[in-house]
Amino acid sequence: MIINHPILGPRDSQEFTYLGDASLIDRPDWQADNAADQFHDYLYLRDNPAGEHRELWFHEQGDRSWLVVTRNTVTHEILNVELARDVARARGRSK
Amino acid sequence: MTDAVMNAGRVAFQADGSTGARKGVQVNRLDGGLIKGSKALSFTFDGKSYKGFEGDTLASALLANGVRLMGRSFKYHRPRGVLTSGSEEPNALVELRSGGRQEPNTRATVAELYDGLEANSQNRWPSLQHDFMAINDRFSNFLTAGFYYKTFMWPAAFWEKLYEPIIRKAAGLGSISFEADPDAYDKGFLHCDLLVIGAGPTGLMAALTAGRAGAQVIIADEDFLLGGRLNAETFGIGDLAGSAWVEQAQAELAAMPNVRVMPRTTIIGAFDHGIYGAVERTADHVLAPEAGKPRQILWRIYSKRAMLAAGATERPIAFENNDRPGVMLAGAVRAYANRWAVTPDQTVAVFTNNDDGHRTAADLITKGVKVTAVIDTRADAPKVEGAELFAGAQVIDTKGRLGLEWARVRLANGTTRDVPCGALAVSGGWNPNVHLTCHQRGRPAWREDIAAFVPAGELPQNMSVAGAANGDFSTAAALRAGAEGAVAALSELGIEAKAADLPEAEDAPINVTPFWYVKEGKGRAWLDQQNDVTVKDVKLAHQENFRSVEHLKRYTTLGMATDQGKTSNMGGLAIMAELAGKQIPEVGTTMFRPPYTPVSFGVMAGRSVGEEFRPTRKTPSHKWAEEQGAVFVEVGQWLRAQWFPQAGETHWRQSVDREVLQTRNSVGVCDVTTLGKIDVQGKDAAEFLNKMYANAFAKLPVGKVRYGLMLREDGIAYDDGTAARFAEDHFVVTTTTANAVLVYRNMEFARQCLFPDMDVQLISTTEAWAQFAVAGPNARKLLQKVVDPEFDISNEAFPFMACGEVTVAGGCRARLFRISFSGELAYEIAVPTRYGDAMIRKLMEAGEEFGAVPYGTEALGVMRIEKGHAAGNELNGTTSALNLGMGKMVSKKKDCIGNTLSERPGMNREDALKLVGFKPVNAADPVQAGAHLMNADGEVSAATDQGYITSAAYSPVLGCSIGIGFLKRGDSRKGEVIRAVNPLEGKEIQVEVVSAHFVDPEGERLRG
Repeated sequence: MIINHPILGPRDSQEFTYLGDASLIDRPDWQADNAADQFHDYLYLRDNPAGEHRELWFHEQGDRSWLVVTRNTVTHEILNVELARDVARARGRSK
Repeated sequence: MTDAVMNAGRVAFQADGSTGARKGVQVNRLDGGLIKGSKALSFTFDGKSYKGFEGDTLASALLANGVRLMGRSFKYHRPRGVLTSGSEEPNALVELRSGGRQEPNTRATVAELYDGLEANSQNRWPSLQHDFMAINDRFSNFLTAGFYYKTFMWPAAFWEKLYEPIIRKAAGLGSISFEADPDAYDKGFLHCDLLVIGAGPTGLMAALTAGRAGAQVIIADEDFLLGGRLNAETFGIGDLAGSAWVEQAQAELAAMPNVRVMPRTTIIGAFDHGIYGAVERTADHVLAPEAGKPRQILWRIYSKRAMLAAGATERPIAFENNDRPGVMLAGAVRAYANRWAVTPDQTVAVFTNNDDGHRTAADLITKGVKVTAVIDTRADAPKVEGAELFAGAQVIDTKGRLGLEWARVRLANGTTRDVPCGALAVSGGWNPNVHLTCHQRGRPAWREDIAAFVPAGELPQNMSVAGAANGDFSTAAALRAGAEGAVAALSELGIEAKAADLPEAEDAPINVTPFWYVKEGKGRAWLDQQNDVTVKDVKLAHQENFRSVEHLKRYTTLGMATDQGKTSNMGGLAIMAELAGKQIPEVGTTMFRPPYTPVSFGVMAGRSVGEEFRPTRKTPSHKWAEEQGAVFVEVGQWLRAQWFPQAGETHWRQSVDREVLQTRNSVGVCDVTTLGKIDVQGKDAAEFLNKMYANAFAKLPVGKVRYGLMLREDGIAYDDGTAARFAEDHFVVTTTTANAVLVYRNMEFARQCLFPDMDVQLISTTEAWAQFAVAGPNARKLLQKVVDPEFDISNEAFPFMACGEVTVAGGCRARLFRISFSGELAYEIAVPTRYGDAMIRKLMEAGEEFGAVPYGTEALGVMRIEKGHAAGNELNGTTSALNLGMGKMVSKKKDCIGNTLSERPGMNREDALKLVGFKPVNAADPVQAGAHLMNADGEVSAATDQGYITSAAYSPVLGCSIGIGFLKRGDSRKGEVIRAVNPLEGKEIQVEVVSAHFVDPEGERLRG
């Protein structure tokens, strides 16, 4: 596969390591009342869609960016590639 | 009677003497062809010498020499000859070469002839003519579809010891020599605008069109000659002979710097996003690769657009005994005659259901070969000149034990006629080569007019299909499709190309009337000759209710051989459809997967073999350690010194014990560069480390080091190391050797994905610093000789857990940490990696007066077990901070990775495992890592399990074997005597539960 890195352009997927569902960005608040339940769901529950999937890739053999790649798991079409840091900010992870 | 003997009798049938000089003993060599007849090449088959010519394949050369019998079939050991003239060959599989270069299951049809080629037949004993296992053929009634599943059911215990070894011995085709392959294989990367797959008329026209437009073009063909079927036919293109037009096209392409022509290159798979795999056979056509040159290259081709112009494959018709050597595909017979100037025999009959088969008869007759009959299943078959035509007729049986002698024909009027023929050219129509279109999600669709599946559905991204591969079988259609396809593909890339004026070429339809198998006859009619699947097997599968094509395939093994059923699938599907009372499109077709043709493991491995299998990382002191005669051990990719034997030491324990004692008594030095090092900088560095480690770092003063324990988010202990604070905003963190890469990856994840606005930067500096542990009571004295005098490293100025930047050896910058893994007064000193070698020499020289020793990983391990320090065996992915006795370290006052879930009740059980030490009651007993712990009395079982020993070593300080491990409530059981059991080896010893800190439990030495 070819991943169109937002900074470096098209790169072979061999340069990356795969982590999984981008929902791993949404780490719960440790002080929430039901923090244990939230962390349980965060850690153990994943969707496994046949179709569009937002997932985390690490450009380990490159610039060490974590990316959020929107990929169709059926066709392997890559619909969008974002810097995970931008996604994390957009999802309210700024301090 | 052997084939050669039979053929000797046929010399009388040969055409006149005009070809005699060229033929020599090549009894079936004709005039013309694209072989270079000036120089004869010698080769051997089953030890017998033959001659052929440059341009021959092994198959064409054997046929020229009158050899039709080339192999034995997989299951029944039936005598088999060559069926095809290309890579789809199911039968003529041979072992090429010998020794380390021996390659089994090589298709004789694509093995390019060279002087000295050595080939042997396979799957026969004692000889190809007399094969003992041919007895299987007599038991064919038992060896039908599903034979294995039905027969080897019981008793279950027989499977492993009896059935499987027998089946394994009986099955399979070629053998390997078990010698190392002496040749190199390479990997490479290519990029192009347009990849053209196949260099027949379609592909050549496409490459010419795109090349002339200036596009970056790669054109690849598995054959060593470009041209595809143009080399096998007598068609002209424009004013030129087909092969002459090919030469002209090739010359034009070769002159274009933007075009890369790759013969002998098979595109093996279509992968995601326009990536193709290709195997180029750079030296399979010579005796041995040139020095320094690879045998094959595996290319990864990144294409913006690709055109599949892979042509078509002819399919046979199934009839009784249609597998005798001499029964071949009609297009192959024609190719042998036109391209290789070879006829499989001097008398040939043709059996066809389409007009294309008639071309074979016509071409053979032109070449002077006697065509005894053209048998056409169609009642309205076109006329034939120069041979007898049986229209509306079928071949119902053949005869000839090791080679075809005659075919029995059922004529339209119901009578039979025996037609003498040493070869029977069979055509059932042509199947487009759709394989690569299926490698992603393509599902071929049925086209009634050509009675074949054509590419359809979702093709691989940016692939188009043209020519015969798309069902356009005529030469004119192919040229047009190639040119138009190239223009269309390039226009999508914004490159303007012009379709050139197309030369004139034949444009005849194939006129095929589907005919899959002859119903008459009680014997076996073969569909898949490589896996020995017959029409009967397909019927049996249907009868036993295997009705999906995929089930049919797996139950009968139809199409599951190395040829992927290129010549057999279609027949099987058609028969299945007929039995189910369905149309072929309703039944559908099976899919094809990469690789298109078999690929050697060698080229997949490339250079990653032997020592080069993975990178080897050497420590900065490696050269010095080698000079000392160190014994090395692989730790991941690293090579580390395991111990340093000295003269007179005959057992590793002697060396290790000495290294431990000398370190504990005076001073020892160890290269610890392999530990991961991560530089953490930024205003929020301390806050970031608070998130990473279970314990707190925010208040760590500058100039101090702290041990850190890292958890996984599920609360399990993950890694440990130290963090040294060099400035308010600068930490240097260490990780274990094994987790250096993973910890860095996780920290980057946390930095970018979880805490995106923290002001913190990370770099891995593992390889930037050479780091040495200097341990033992004389460690300070030794370092004071190395560290420049302006730096005070006295106990007062530089106490336990201090860190700082210093210079050594008169100005070389260094980092000094007062940390101890051994439990001794110890330091780690780091210098830029390029000074690592100089540093070890300097340290050892300075230590000479103290009797300093280098110590390896074994002594390191012994000393950390003596101190009860956790390492990989204890951080084993199941243990928590609580188990490690570090429960109190997990700060409840802050958030960190893993702290929330580490509080789960299940991980905080009252009877939780605790890390403790074990000493044998009988000092001579060895403590074994992996032994499980049982109470002093009672049964030994999983239910009564009390824990396990994780690490064990002989302690030269204590004079006995010791261990550390996890014991239920271990911290409150000190002094108890329990059992350490090893049921696997029937061992059991009594051990006393003790503190894991065997040596200096109060830690006085390291603070001294």
